[in-house]
Amino acid sequence: MARVHSVLAASVLVVATAIDSVAALPRKLASSVERLKAVGPEGQGNAVAQAAWNDVAKAKASQIPDLIVAMDGANDYALNWIRAAIEAAVQRETVAGSKLSVKSLETVLRDTRHHPRARRLAFELMQRVDASKAQTILPDFLQDPGSEMRREAVAQLMATAARQTNGTKATAVTTYRQALGFSREADQIEDIAKRLQDLGDKVDLAKTFGWVSKWQLIGPFDNTGEAGFAKVYPPEEHLDLGAGLTGKSGPVKWFPYETRSEYGLVDFNQAISSLKGAVGYATAEFWSDSARTAQVRLGCKNGWKVWVNGVLIFGRDEYHRSAEIDQYRMPVSLKAGKNILLVKCAQNEQTQDWAKEWEFQLRVTDEQGTPIVSTR
Amino acid sequence: MKLSLLLTAALTVAGSLGAADWTQFRGPNGDGLSSDTGVPVRLDASSITWSISLPGRGFSSPLILGDKVFVTAGSGARQDRLHVLCFRVTDGALLWERQFWATGRTMTHEKIGAATPTPASDGKAIYAIFSSNDCVALDLDGRLLWFRGLGRDYPNASNSLGMSSSLVVVDGVVVTMVENDSESFTAGLDARTGVNRWKLDRPKKANWTSPVVFKSPGQPNRVLLQSSQGVTAVDPTTGKIAWDLSDGASTVPSLVVSQGKLVIPANGITVVEPTAGDAKPKSVWRSAQLRPGTASPVVVGGRLITLNDGGILTCADAQDGKRLWQLRLKGSFSATPVVAGGHLYCVSEDGRVQVVDPSKAEGVVVSELTLEQTVIGTPSIASNSLFVRSDSRLVRLGGAALR
Repeated sequence: MARVHSVLAASVLVVATAIDSVAALPRKLASSVERLKAVGPEGQGNAVAQAAWNDVAKAKASQIPDLIVAMDGANDYALNWIRAAIEAAVQRETVAGSKLSVKSLETVLRDTRHHPRARRLAFELMQRVDASKAQTILPDFLQDPGSEMRREAVAQLMATAARQTNGTKATAVTTYRQALGFSREADQIEDIAKRLQDLGDKVDLAKTFGWVSKWQLIGPFDNTGEAGFAKVYPPEEHLDLGAGLTGKSGPVKWFPYETRSEYGLVDFNQAISSLKGAVGYATAEFWSDSARTAQVRLGCKNGWKVWVNGVLIFGRDEYHRSAEIDQYRMPVSLKAGKNILLVKCAQNEQTQDWAKEWEFQLRVTDEQGTPIVSTR
Repeated sequence: MKLSLLLTAALTVAGSLGAADWTQFRGPNGDGLSSDTGVPVRLDASSITWSISLPGRGFSSPLILGDKVFVTAGSGARQDRLHVLCFRVTDGALLWERQFWATGRTMTHEKIGAATPTPASDGKAIYAIFSSNDCVALDLDGRLLWFRGLGRDYPNASNSLGMSSSLVVVDGVVVTMVENDSESFTAGLDARTGVNRWKLDRPKKANWTSPVVFKSPGQPNRVLLQSSQGVTAVDPTTGKIAWDLSDGASTVPSLVVSQGKLVIPANGITVVEPTAGDAKPKSVWRSAQLRPGTASPVVVGGRLITLNDGGILTCADAQDGKRLWQLRLKGSFSATPVVAGGHLYCVSEDGRVQVVDPSKAEGVVVSELTLEQTVIGTPSIASNSLFVRSDSRLVRLGGAALR
């Protein structure tokens, strides 16, 4: 377990790079866009981008769709630079009486090769020009790869279902079920589940979220003074489920644990004991049909670290602030066949009522949040 | 009122601060005091000059520079859409809006959101930071000067309850406290480009206080950083520590500078006085009887005022901390009182604006106006008006006439 691979624990965006994103722009404008796209971490490229931004913000209304396309391949910093320039250009052109082409915007929106955020911007500009048209085409995006478009389409379907509750209950249930199938956002899923429950239809939330539910656990190890978070205990060096180890207060060994929680909670207080200043580990096999990219999504209010196939993906030493579903979204590469997940979950010594939890929830999804379930 | 986008030929404030501009959290001097004398004292429904809907939630204070008022907001189910908006002071018309996608974590306690920290301005630009630690600089006409994703650059720099430290800008440096339980730091960003001028490791402890600029005639400026460990003064141009007080301090209400003394929410209230050079400040007085809540203390007319979360307003003699009176206001409070014309403007979380005269033997509520909106952020004062930013609207009280 010596290799350490640190990645950003932020949402991953699908970046379309298959097409030359600035090809349709005049050379000078394309050059300015490229300078915006050259910005990077810690303010890299900001000074150069300032002048380029002013050039891009002078774009004509007719150039806006091509500018949106030019967002393809941009990093998250550059997306914001380009977006702001487009907004400034649209504001000026709108006041001047120039109209954006709804047809061109719709073409960009419907082409899923483009960056999801570029497509979303195209949709928002459509809304400004022709709100009715934008609303009409929303159902076409129920399976959209972009989370913002998909969410809004699902919200529209939920609103339809809500209206149907005034009529035939079965119709509303059917519509809510459709919405549930399309939804990838935790709060929407919970909202739909509640509304279905009110209509007498119980949703299997655990299955819907697709938690990793079967684990092997070991602990407790010492976390007095929160020092155990950084300490490398044997499971981090060599994962041997048959090994007996020395824990915080004596011998410890791995044991099987299956969560029955509809929120997939792996509860060390329940599985080991309600302890303070302690570290627990959980490991699971995760089988994939193919080598692929995915996300490990974790919710945890304790200190934690996650490894996939022996590689440290991320860790965080914040205790008892808050937790939520999909709190941390970590891009990973899965191998075809067996993958090994390892979670370190550290409880500190706070004694408040709200500092009791020693638990986590974890699922594996694609970039959109569709659960990926272990094939074995 | 639906937002309408207007192009305006309104005057642009070009690179200078007006005397009555409100340029940061708690005003131009960071003490909650305004020099405006025409803010209405007797508030009633007719005091509302305009009230406009905002596109997202927010708990930051508005900035007012000349004829423009700047507001931040956060929208989206995950509060991951960040807004900077500019309105015309006279009628609330939208002049421009810029939106950004958050690059850092946006999770917060439900009581706050992405737009909790208050921006700052040097008269040339608006510097805005959000709970996601995304920081942007825009000129007063909405031109983007730079963007920083501090939560992306430093991926463990976040707080799952949300970040709220406001910005200050001094000596060409934007000072941003990104202090939390994990990757905790304060950085000085070059106001022209946003790049790090310095980055200082800070206590690994969640911190919601805001930096304060300390100015003293003939002395270099210092930025005061308050944390659970105490107060640290740094040189804003280098980040070098000038002096340190290590007796601990609150992590919610922020210190205030009054008459050259620091009024620190620490062990109740602790007052210290910096000495010449960078020697450690000397102690003046301490009182455990004065306990501010979320709201920061304010000093007006030689009287120190604290407000706890339950609405108890406590007044003490600023010279020695002797308690003079207490007054129970209506409602719960997060917003810091601000002062104009010697009156305190206290806004409760349920949107009750209560005007208090603190100068008498007992505090007196002079008038009250209920906005029936949730207000967490501290109001701002300029143009003889009180600007209240609720979780959904921006309201201007008073100042109907152009100044």
